[in-house]
Amino acid sequence: MTDLTPVLSATWDAQESWKLSTYEDHGGYRALKKALGMDKADIIQAVKDSGLRGRGGAGFPTGMKWGFLPPDDGGPRYLVVNADESEPGTCKDIPTMLSAPQVLVEGVAITSFAIGCNHAFIYVRGEVTHVYRRLLQAVREAYAAGHLGKNIHGSGFDLDVTVHAGAGAYICGEETALLDSLEGRRGQPRLKPPFPAVAGLYARPTVVNNVESVASVPAIIDRGVDWFTSMGTERSKGMGLFSLSGHVERPGQYEAPLGITLRELIDMAGGIRAGHQLKFWTPGGSSTPIFTDEHLDTPLDYESVGAAGSMLGTRALQIFDETTCVVRVVTRWTEFYKHESCGKCTPCREGTFWLTQILKRVEGGQGTEADIQQLLDTCESILGRAFCALGDGATSCISSSIQYFREEFEQHIAEGACPFDHSAAALFDYDAPAKATEEAHA
Amino acid sequence: MTYDADTLAQLRKDADEILDRYPVKRSALLPLLHLVQSVDGYVSPDGIGFCAEAVSLTSAEVSAVATFYTQYKRRPNGEYQVGVCTTALCATMGGDEIWRQLSDECGVGHDETTADGKISLERIECNAACDYAPVMMVNWEFFDNMTPDRALRVVDDILEGRDVKPTRGSNKVSTFKETERVLAGFEDGKVDEDQGVGDPTLVGLKIAREQGWEEQR
Repeated sequence: MTDLTPVLSATWDAQESWKLSTYEDHGGYRALKKALGMDKADIIQAVKDSGLRGRGGAGFPTGMKWGFLPPDDGGPRYLVVNADESEPGTCKDIPTMLSAPQVLVEGVAITSFAIGCNHAFIYVRGEVTHVYRRLLQAVREAYAAGHLGKNIHGSGFDLDVTVHAGAGAYICGEETALLDSLEGRRGQPRLKPPFPAVAGLYARPTVVNNVESVASVPAIIDRGVDWFTSMGTERSKGMGLFSLSGHVERPGQYEAPLGITLRELIDMAGGIRAGHQLKFWTPGGSSTPIFTDEHLDTPLDYESVGAAGSMLGTRALQIFDETTCVVRVVTRWTEFYKHESCGKCTPCREGTFWLTQILKRVEGGQGTEADIQQLLDTCESILGRAFCALGDGATSCISSSIQYFREEFEQHIAEGACPFDHSAAALFDYDAPAKATEEAHA
Repeated sequence: MTYDADTLAQLRKDADEILDRYPVKRSALLPLLHLVQSVDGYVSPDGIGFCAEAVSLTSAEVSAVATFYTQYKRRPNGEYQVGVCTTALCATMGGDEIWRQLSDECGVGHDETTADGKISLERIECNAACDYAPVMMVNWEFFDNMTPDRALRVVDDILEGRDVKPTRGSNKVSTFKETERVLAGFEDGKVDEDQGVGDPTLVGLKIAREQGWEEQR
């Protein structure tokens, strides 16, 4: 049995947990003061030694990313926090910023000091008004307390932080698209190289890190590398927020060491909703290949999930029981990617469009046996050929669902209709409307 | 531009404050577009002209940016933007049925506004609250764990002019224009308003406390 390890979430139930005074009462900004007395290289080394890997999905080692910045040439260098949380199923950064925005601000201050940045940006998705209010206040309070601004705590280090609201575009979670968006452009990914470490924001050296990665830094500095590496597995160190959603009794945020299993998490969540069984799930959001009940004991760390054919991603565990039509879910995810494709590259722009056409046909019972192969062929034409990871991600749910549930696709085709009653999967009772009505609204 | 002198003066003052946040002028464009929506209720031709002037771009360049992002509206928006999440998980948990009933009740479809200008209805993509599915957003405040009845009550309250309260967020949902001013980076004094943290946010922490697993900072 793995214990839960609330670190980032430890203060979420405190009175006015989002206020600076609450955060300081719980030891907040101790790490910043410690860091300001350290050598910058030692901070970077500590983060490298901690084994912290990017918590935004890709899992790239955070300290190594910082280390890629070229030597200081006297010009500006930037830290940009990716708070554009939009991957379907992912819902960890929003509660972090709503309940404990100061841990992010402290992480920003330490990271900026370590990499030699004097102006950091937090790019938060625009569709979360109250989260944006909390961030604006957190930064304002941190300035007033001298944690940001000029000559922070007498160290000679200056830092400005700008909280920037996006305007509705999933693609801006891709780091180079985010940078273009932050520069006031359409959010389209850039050709790499050059990587942001060399030419990022305003073509200057830039680190782009996820909210949870940056928020993990204060605890690593405060409590030390040994404490952090005592959690997790051999190559996946530390804790992370595991977000359970869907058909479980108690969905929500479970902060645990990497390597915990879904079986343990579902157990803590009170099981699959009463009277039902697990059918399929995502380990890390809709862009990661789906898993089934075969994978209940797969340790949720980068290596084990990868070896089992998926990705740890953002630890967004979307749980679906046997009442769920996998074709319907996959069709809807694919419509998401079609909607969010930026249109820059052909495989993704055209591919997601055609995948949606074919999937809607299959889901509606008008598909043919050849459609299944067509779906797989189209996925193959996108995978590895798209400009950024959005295109690759769009294919994951399709190829994996055909791998595990091919007969369900065939059943739609053979029966000429979806064999599922959609109302059975809903979390409330309702009288299913006639199919025709439902489709008219789809 | 057809803004009256007072409106224009206020816009210029706000724009200067926004421009001050960035080392490069063009970065101010996204918040400036939110700002013009806070005045006009959408990205109006005047608003595009104003932004273009503020960041030294052509109006075509500003339009190219504005049309990329779904939060920028090309037609006058309703006073309340009501979005029902119909991405896969919320849709499956009941979002599709909530959408159907709301659309019937309002008599409008996706990206359409009721005749009285109260509600613009939208099928939205994942809003990062999956542990509270099915989710609805009103002017980008959270309405968690929705059922058709709860969602209909919210919509009826709006249509009949009553205040609506999110499940996590401020005490009262601001209007679309007021919300857009916040998104342009201007605080509205509602930050400490709080409906409490929902159970899903705290579930893991609560278990850890009960089990004595808690890590003390």
